[in-house]
Amino acid sequence: MRNLNRRTQVVILTAFMTIILIAVFSFGLLIPDDAVVGSFLSAKQPPSLAHPFGTDALGRDLFLRTLKGMAVSMTVGTAASMISAVIAVFVGIAAATGSKCVDALINWFIDVVMGVPHTILVILISFALGRGLKGLLVGIAATHWCSLARLIRGEVLQLRSQQYVAVSRKLGKSGGWILVHHLLPHLVPQFVVGLILLFPHAILHEASVSFLGFGLPPEQPAIGIILSESMRYIQTGMWWSAVLPGLTLVLIVLLVDKLGDNLRMIMDPYSAQD
Amino acid sequence: MALEAKNIYFRYGRKQPWILEDCTLKIDRGERLAVSAPSGYGKTTLALLLAGYLKPEKGEILLDDKPLPAKGICPVQLIYQHPEKAVNPRWRLKRVLEESGKLREDVLDAFGIERAWLDRFPRELSGGELQRFCVARALMSGADYLICDEISTMLDVITQAQIWNVVLEEADKRNMGIIAVTHNKHLAERIATRMIDLSE
Repeated sequence: MRNLNRRTQVVILTAFMTIILIAVFSFGLLIPDDAVVGSFLSAKQPPSLAHPFGTDALGRDLFLRTLKGMAVSMTVGTAASMISAVIAVFVGIAAATGSKCVDALINWFIDVVMGVPHTILVILISFALGRGLKGLLVGIAATHWCSLARLIRGEVLQLRSQQYVAVSRKLGKSGGWILVHHLLPHLVPQFVVGLILLFPHAILHEASVSFLGFGLPPEQPAIGIILSESMRYIQTGMWWSAVLPGLTLVLIVLLVDKLGDNLRMIMDPYSAQD
Repeated sequence: MALEAKNIYFRYGRKQPWILEDCTLKIDRGERLAVSAPSGYGKTTLALLLAGYLKPEKGEILLDDKPLPAKGICPVQLIYQHPEKAVNPRWRLKRVLEESGKLREDVLDAFGIERAWLDRFPRELSGGELQRFCVARALMSGADYLICDEISTMLDVITQAQIWNVVLEEADKRNMGIIAVTHNKHLAERIATRMIDLSE
């Protein structure tokens, strides 16, 4: 590792992180429902070799349940942050290229959405849409686009004032052509990095809203559900049922966050010198 | 056949002082006009106005007694002082040139543009090399008027001479009008058929 330059090191590290995340996700997806059926004979066991994370009060293996929950959470996180990022691009470009009136309206709307605490808004939307996967997805997607939209608006405004865009216009190119050929390629790094940095937010909100009982139904073993169930038994000394799944969640979120930072370093050469 | 500025007034913002007041200017095709003035007298502003990048607050810019066309390739092309800002940093230079139309081998040869440069990115070329691309792009667009805003200020004299020779040759061939904004009195005397000083 030492004799490679920093860029190569970051690329290798990023690839490694991506592999871990994909492994967790696909392993979680592949676990059949039978594997997490419990038996009361093995209930409330502390972590051991047979059950690395211990078992819960119904005797279900917490390690498999956590992985399965992670896969569900990651699905929600990926879908929600993707929808959010696409909304952000559209809104950001509309604000930057539209009239002053449109820009002011969009900025005001962003302020409004950002002014309401995310969790409350997610709970309201999720509850109004009948909870479950759909409500949660829409709730998270509808609340997370704001900061990325602002970023993209700023970027487009800056790009539009560039001389090469002015030259392009004088060479007879239309606004649409300039948007596709000059502006959008410059937005790809912002979009990808923004998308990945949205993911931890989305996954944490999914977990917290499910924990509070407004998200996924109890039969879907999402991380929030596991944590909220563990609260009932934590006084009886079952520390593992809260700590280990919680730690897994934190680890995955940190991993994705770091992945986003690394990707930014790879894609945006200016920030690599930071 | 003339590019004309008729009594134009311009200022950057309501509370700013006038940069140009009641400025009138006319240049025919085939004519070469050198504009000089100390810093801050509105040379670049005049260039931007004539090329249609800015709109005058009062007065009008006329090309053959009609306003500049809003769509299509503009027959008045501006070349900037800093070439590195006037090309998209993410495009290879071949694409930069092709934005103005088909590549013309004779122009490439005249500027001494090596074919290997076409596959490079802008930051892999020097300022002088890049400026040749910007001038070539403006020439390939088939413009009738070329406005050169200090295009050779940051170049060494050999490159300056090379670029100007090609521009003047092409201008003669196509009967183009040229407005050259410059600080350099000697350069102005060499290239221009007429000179004006904005400070007067």
